[in-house]
Amino acid sequence: MNKIVSREVLNSETIMLDIEAPAIARKALPGQFIIFRVDELGERVPLTVAGTDAEKGTVRIIFQMVGKSTMQLGRKQVGETIASFVGPLGRPSELDHLGGKKVAVIGGGLGTAIAYPQATYLHEIGAHVDFIAGFRTKDLIILEDEMRAVSDNLYVATDDGSNGRKGFVTDVLKERIDAGEKYDLVIAIGPLVMMRAVANLTKPYEIDTLVSMNTIMVDGTGMCGCCRLTVGGEIKFSCVDGPDFDAHLVDFDEAIRRSKAYLEQEAYDREREKEKEESHRCRLTGEVRHG
Amino acid sequence: MGEKRKPNMSPVKVTMPEQPAEIRRSNFGEVALGYTAEMAMEEATRCLQCKHRPCVKGCPVNVRIPEFIAKVAEGDFLEAYRILSSTNNLPAVCGRVCPQEKQCESRCVRGIKHEAVGIGRIERFVADWYLENAKDKLVPPPCNHRKVAIVGSGPAGLTCAGDLAKLGYDVTVFEAFHVAGGVLMYGIPEFRLPKALVQSEIKLLSELGVKIKCDMVIGRVFSLDELMEEEGFEAIFIGSGAGLPSFMNIKGENLNQVYSANEFLTRVNLMQAWRWPEAATPINIGKRVAVIGGGNVAMDAARSAQRLGADEVYIIYRRSEEELPARLEEVEHAKDEGIIFKLLSNPVEILGNDAGWVTGIRCISMELGEPDASGRRRPVAIPGSEFDIELDTVIVAIGQSPNPLLRDTTPDLNCHSWGGIIVDDTLATSKEGVWAGGDAVTGAATVILAMGAGKQAAASIDEYLKAKHEEV
Repeated sequence: MNKIVSREVLNSETIMLDIEAPAIARKALPGQFIIFRVDELGERVPLTVAGTDAEKGTVRIIFQMVGKSTMQLGRKQVGETIASFVGPLGRPSELDHLGGKKVAVIGGGLGTAIAYPQATYLHEIGAHVDFIAGFRTKDLIILEDEMRAVSDNLYVATDDGSNGRKGFVTDVLKERIDAGEKYDLVIAIGPLVMMRAVANLTKPYEIDTLVSMNTIMVDGTGMCGCCRLTVGGEIKFSCVDGPDFDAHLVDFDEAIRRSKAYLEQEAYDREREKEKEESHRCRLTGEVRHG
Repeated sequence: MGEKRKPNMSPVKVTMPEQPAEIRRSNFGEVALGYTAEMAMEEATRCLQCKHRPCVKGCPVNVRIPEFIAKVAEGDFLEAYRILSSTNNLPAVCGRVCPQEKQCESRCVRGIKHEAVGIGRIERFVADWYLENAKDKLVPPPCNHRKVAIVGSGPAGLTCAGDLAKLGYDVTVFEAFHVAGGVLMYGIPEFRLPKALVQSEIKLLSELGVKIKCDMVIGRVFSLDELMEEEGFEAIFIGSGAGLPSFMNIKGENLNQVYSANEFLTRVNLMQAWRWPEAATPINIGKRVAVIGGGNVAMDAARSAQRLGADEVYIIYRRSEEELPARLEEVEHAKDEGIIFKLLSNPVEILGNDAGWVTGIRCISMELGEPDASGRRRPVAIPGSEFDIELDTVIVAIGQSPNPLLRDTTPDLNCHSWGGIIVDDTLATSKEGVWAGGDAVTGAATVILAMGAGKQAAASIDEYLKAKHEEV
């Protein structure tokens, strides 16, 4: 059982929680993830660690309420507990050699929250960080000040142009490369299609590119093989071999197909969860009561 | 009492009551229903009480078999349990999943001419009787305040923990999953080993003073060095199991609806996917399922798929029936339940559609050639004999290798190239103060062998800590 010690609504679909987990807070490094279970019948869902506070003994997670489990987690309030919070899992990102180097950190949507700890770490060890963040629309932009604080240049683009800069993260990246920026590494974190697009863009330029693979998992410790991917023609497990992989070796088409294994159940669960939420919505304030 | 009774010379075991195959194939209730007290006492009188006790030598945890059976014959089930549990920390588990026919019962004098005494069945009765009827909580022995950490709460870890707790050590078991039990919880299905029963036996260990911490992935949240240097553990036993599934490296293995047996069984057993949507973890079964492999895990997966509503379930195995590594009893149960055995067939490709979902499997027929290194006749492909089976789901049950997490995070823990942890005769690893046993050392084997290793490691750890504290 782990307690929620702070909760913040970042936008209409994104929640930030600090969870009491002192042992994990002490150990987690950028790139690692945790697995949570809301209650005794809950599924095991992986989420990348968005930050830690070793002194307070808390681990920060930022997530979109897109499925049953994340919707349930998003409704949890400060002081409430969840059944499981396990980690840190996966290999930490290998960033230590990048001091003094030039790195483009790319986050798509929620991926920005996951890329943020890496940008912070790179900034701290003296790398030059260009942070490129993409969102569907202006209202969904999160962590803008935080990203600015840890980057040398911040570029925020929206798909619909509502923040004044229309385009995808790949458009911005291409612009920077064509303007002569020489990146030693590109780190791309976000939806699979976005990461595939970044990989396809950087490949002809031969820029080393790292992606964080957010596959479906069960145990998260190498035991089940649910998270397997093809990387450079070999089977790799995202949980113990990753989650970071060389973007130019990942079979994204296969990963995208595998991410759809439970679409039907996910859609059914989501609808039922929405109905449940509606039945708890206060007619006066519009807020969702819980419990 | 004391007077010499005449043994019951019935040539066969008292029959074990079972759920009929046509009913059990669609439920998760236990297949074998267990002896009544009368049946257990009757079977117990078949034991000759041999002085040289050959059966005990066949038991990896040295259960005092004739002694506990004598008590059952007398109807003193509590004393029978005390004798049984003095060396076996998980008797209700062992009574169900041990391959007795290869161990204790294979040495039984009664088995020379007729059927051996049903030692496993009597053991199961005694353990179940105790769980149902025992009123008093166990009393932990005085604690010596020497802390021992156990990594993994499967059969090896629980046995080691129980033995050390009985000796007075302050034992903490770390489990990566949210429930203790390891393979007993995630792997072996409910119809062979009810989960409530596993938890009851674990609860008895807690009563003995064993602390169990779930959701703790050792190697990640604490390294072995941190456990010793910062958390104050003086010795560590690693029983982390064989948790890394093998795949065949054939085309189509990453299609949707190809599961490792580990994933399939974990979703069903531990995550209770059969209760979706009430339980949140989903699973897809489809109408036609094939399980690749011929071991107990393959039988478990096939029989689970059947129970989850598949119309046709195949076992695909490249050798013949004689070489099936599964227990005969499991094979018979699977056949009775309607599992279709495609023997001497080797998968060459899993077939799929454009969207990436399984549509079938292509196999090639095999014939048996000369014996190979394992002494079994080597299966050889018959050229041009490929055939396809239409399928919705493929479950790969061809084995597991030891979990890589600890060796990846503990550089001074020496391992074989195939992943097994290297140990000496006392089960000590290359790292001072660290022992290992079970599947993490041997690769995938049986529950009882893991328990035997846990027992041996507990004795080694006891000896080490005693010597260490005498020195200072």
